[in-house]
Amino acid sequence: MNVIEISNVSKTFTLHNQGAAVIPVMSDVSLSVAAGECVGLLGASGAGKSTLMRLLWGNYLAASGQIVIAGTDVAKAEPREILALRRDRMAYVSQFLRVVPRVPTLDVVAEPLLVTGTPEDQALDAARALLTRLRIPERLWSLSPTTFSGGEQQRVNIARGFIRQVPVMLLDEPTASLDATNRETVLSLIEEAKARGTAIVGIFHDEAARDRVCDRMIEMERFAA
Amino acid sequence: MKPLFTVRDLEKRYGSRIGCTDVSFDLWPGEVMGIVGESGSGKSTLLSCLAGHMTPDQGQVHFDGRDVLAMSEPERRFLARTEWAFVHQNPRDGLRMAVSAGGNVGERLMAVGARHYGNIRETATDWLGRVEIASDRIDDRPSAFSGGMQQRLQIARNLVTGPRLVFMDEPTGGLDVSVQARLLDLLRGLVRKMGLSAIIVTHDLAVVRLLADRLMVMKGGRVVEQGLTDQVLDDPQHPYTQLLVSSVLQV
Repeated sequence: MNVIEISNVSKTFTLHNQGAAVIPVMSDVSLSVAAGECVGLLGASGAGKSTLMRLLWGNYLAASGQIVIAGTDVAKAEPREILALRRDRMAYVSQFLRVVPRVPTLDVVAEPLLVTGTPEDQALDAARALLTRLRIPERLWSLSPTTFSGGEQQRVNIARGFIRQVPVMLLDEPTASLDATNRETVLSLIEEAKARGTAIVGIFHDEAARDRVCDRMIEMERFAA
Repeated sequence: MKPLFTVRDLEKRYGSRIGCTDVSFDLWPGEVMGIVGESGSGKSTLLSCLAGHMTPDQGQVHFDGRDVLAMSEPERRFLARTEWAFVHQNPRDGLRMAVSAGGNVGERLMAVGARHYGNIRETATDWLGRVEIASDRIDDRPSAFSGGMQQRLQIARNLVTGPRLVFMDEPTGGLDVSVQARLLDLLRGLVRKMGLSAIIVTHDLAVVRLLADRLMVMKGGRVVEQGLTDQVLDDPQHPYTQLLVSSVLQV
């Protein structure tokens, strides 16, 4: 069963304040991802890998086509339908951590569970377990992650992404700034998600990681506009 | 599920000038909508019309199936202090400065029928705690509070009666940055725990990114773009939204 079904999607950016320049990014993107499958996106910088991820997340607006994810067409859905999809059925581990400044790490990680109505003690327990597994020292849990190192912030982001079990995950370079031990933990998390039937679309510059978790690779050049 | 608040073809004119025009939207239970735009874009006029502070010249406003514009003044006032709440930019506009902090919160409870002094004081203390005001300040007047504390007190006064729809006009406007972040986090938590619907007018794009599910961009009294907040901010379609987003100074 395909959890992600992209058909004939195109994306252009129109820069109205820079001479109305139109930048075509991709066209005619069609791609499906089955439950338990991990698809890697390949291509040079600027080939549109991140743009495609953002289209799937509903962060960018598709110029045309359909993006059906776990029953919701993200290209046409109302804001509240996209938010419901993100809350219940989809997780996105981006390269950047964006949080309210003074919120403690433990709460940042537990938040995706809290918004689905999980009782607070259960959500915090799950957050503690994941932070431990990702080797974020306990003395940091009560601090805001905004001052953490790059690798620590990335692991907080990963903990936030993996705290729920969802049918769809988007992973943007999840192992980029991690040491060997933590990289291994993240790859295991990905493998466990696949075994549960999560459909994954990812960007992996780390070739060994790519070979280990990806079932298929997609060259972005195919979709060049 | 049905929309909580529906607005159709709303228009307000000041003589021949347009305050706001052609505004239509549905707000769903638990949804937070941000309205952004520069000074004079009509966002405050729109909020005033929505909250019943001003009478629009045209259009319909329905709350939970009830026609708000057809209500009598007493009916509308009752709605405004029970199921609705309004958080002003300047806390002095929303507080009674000569009444103690506890009295500011308790007064709202009495307005909806609470009479037992002990219970009122207990609820007021609980709410001061929720907005992070120490319980030993309950008998102090708001004039003895800092700007950030006054704003938090205004929020407690407004939310104590358990409203379903909250209007906010630049809720973090007059506060310094460190206090802003704290207030935003507080508002986010309250909105989530109480399942509130809210309409927030602001010119601060960082505020709407953190608080609002969806965004409406206004210019010259008209809505030029609306959609999911992060989509409108990260992939703006209208020339004016693109200008607005690209004009924010980075720190």
